[in-house]
Amino acid sequence: MASIHSTRRPKAIRGTRSRGIALHAVLVIGLLLSAFPFYWAVIMSTHTSSEIFSYPPKLLPGPHFLENVRHLFDNIDFFGSMFNSLLVAGSVTVLVLFFDSLAAFVFAKFEFPGRRVLFATLMVIFMVPAQLAAIPQFVIMAKLGWIGTMTSLIVPAAANAFGIFWMRQYMKGAIHDELLDASRIDGANFLRQYWHVALPVVRPGLAFLGIFTFMGQWNDYAWPLIALTNPDNVTLQVALSQLNGTHGTTDYGMVMTGALLALVPLLIVFAIGARQIIADLGKGAIR
Amino acid sequence: MATVPALDRPPAAVADTPVTQPRKGFRKYWHLYAAISPFYLLFLAFGLVPVGFSLYVSLHRWDGLGSMEWAGLSQYQYLLGDSDFWSSVGNTVLIWALATFPMIFLAMVTAVMLNSAVRFKNVYRFAYFLPNVTSVVAIAIVFGSVFSTNFGLVNALLQALGLDQVAWLNTPWGIKIAIATLMTWQWTGYNAIIFLAGLQTIPGELYEAARMDGAGPAQTFFRVTLPLMRPVLLFVLVISTVTGLQSFSEPQVLLQNTANESTFSGGPGHAGRTMVLYFFQQTFDNNDFGYGAAVAWGIFLVVILFSIINWRLVQRRGED
Repeated sequence: MASIHSTRRPKAIRGTRSRGIALHAVLVIGLLLSAFPFYWAVIMSTHTSSEIFSYPPKLLPGPHFLENVRHLFDNIDFFGSMFNSLLVAGSVTVLVLFFDSLAAFVFAKFEFPGRRVLFATLMVIFMVPAQLAAIPQFVIMAKLGWIGTMTSLIVPAAANAFGIFWMRQYMKGAIHDELLDASRIDGANFLRQYWHVALPVVRPGLAFLGIFTFMGQWNDYAWPLIALTNPDNVTLQVALSQLNGTHGTTDYGMVMTGALLALVPLLIVFAIGARQIIADLGKGAIR
Repeated sequence: MATVPALDRPPAAVADTPVTQPRKGFRKYWHLYAAISPFYLLFLAFGLVPVGFSLYVSLHRWDGLGSMEWAGLSQYQYLLGDSDFWSSVGNTVLIWALATFPMIFLAMVTAVMLNSAVRFKNVYRFAYFLPNVTSVVAIAIVFGSVFSTNFGLVNALLQALGLDQVAWLNTPWGIKIAIATLMTWQWTGYNAIIFLAGLQTIPGELYEAARMDGAGPAQTFFRVTLPLMRPVLLFVLVISTVTGLQSFSEPQVLLQNTANESTFSGGPGHAGRTMVLYFFQQTFDNNDFGYGAAVAWGIFLVVILFSIINWRLVQRRGED
């Protein structure tokens, strides 16, 4: 901790360099710990199970990756469940971006009767835990005939309190009232203002919300586990869990290959949006 | 069409025309209500109605299919004396504490270091945040192999050091430590990024002033940095409490192969059975929807209670 403040002190130059090296050494250890499970997954998915079960443990990748992939594709409908995951995460992201930003625009820039009460309600809803609604939600979905289908995952997630709250904060600062006034004088109605004035200004905010929503949906597990009652038609996370449940004690290499392949699409999305996410996450917390 | 309603309209005007005003008001603002309606409609269907309904269900005996049978408060009465529920509360709180305190400490240390290391800051931030975006299912499978008794990496390491091996996923403490390690791994970087954002708002003059007053690095941290970080610390603590006390996926995936009675049973001796796992077990394995609903309300109260305690603790320290 000593080094932190030393960088702020112009006089304390002595020892700064060695401290800097020590600091980076600690940070690199942290980095390796963060990255290690990914590397471990790569090692395990490139060995056969008998190699994995032997001592000493393998520390370098092996040659059996394609074999494991073949086993994986034989045992689960990998691309089918990946398609389901993409369908759910993609649809939810589009719906959330539209509904949340529309509602956020209203809350950020307009006065109307009941506005305060409605917004306060939104904040309370934000805090209700999911399992409180799980039983009735299941019953309602069953009545609607949605249980076992992707609809049961998409519809309840199509708009959320977090996104509305977050976008409202963003829009309050980003959209200037003069811009709205000017467009109104030009005869733009509400929807045109939303589409042509508000949205273009808040693109970075939408990017954050979109990536955040997509990753959350892609990784969602508890509700899909309950709602997707047909074991042949599930999302990737549920398929992985099934795979681990049936082959987790025998064909470890294959299970690990599944885990690794399921991580890839998300890592791509994250790599694209990392800068945005990390910057906006911090902003949200200290606001 | 007036899209920006007149704020300057005196309230008296509303009182003057009490009959026509609401109707006129709604006509004037209908597009705004329409724009915010999707969320509220969805919430009504899948939030408010369910929450109300779950209260109703908890007052009945119901298997989810047949007819409901009035049970009054007996489900709650049973809950109060249900040692399985209370042991799940104990498990959850232990796992939460084992994960949260090391996590907050490590995140704070990481953030303070990142705040001073100028070079490669973005590389570190990217790498530290990576664990948080990965799916719990995939990563729990990976951690399952790291903590495996027979071929796990941790035990191989212990063996190489000449120490006794531990049946991590087979003993009460081993199970809790494995789950907590997974959570700490996944959330430390996330919280470090949040702490870092907080640290960056502290003006450099304050550190300068502390130095002028002769404060050492430790003193500066505890007297200057930490008090100013209190709001951010509170945010992190509350979020960690709310999410940590509702942990489900980590123990479920990690222990699904070690238990033979149910995938929600939380491993040998139910040592990893958290509150939410118990809720799932009662509801969807035992088809006891009535009792499950009561358990859900019990979880809700425990989470609220802990959030309030956390809030108070952090705030009281602020008054000193």
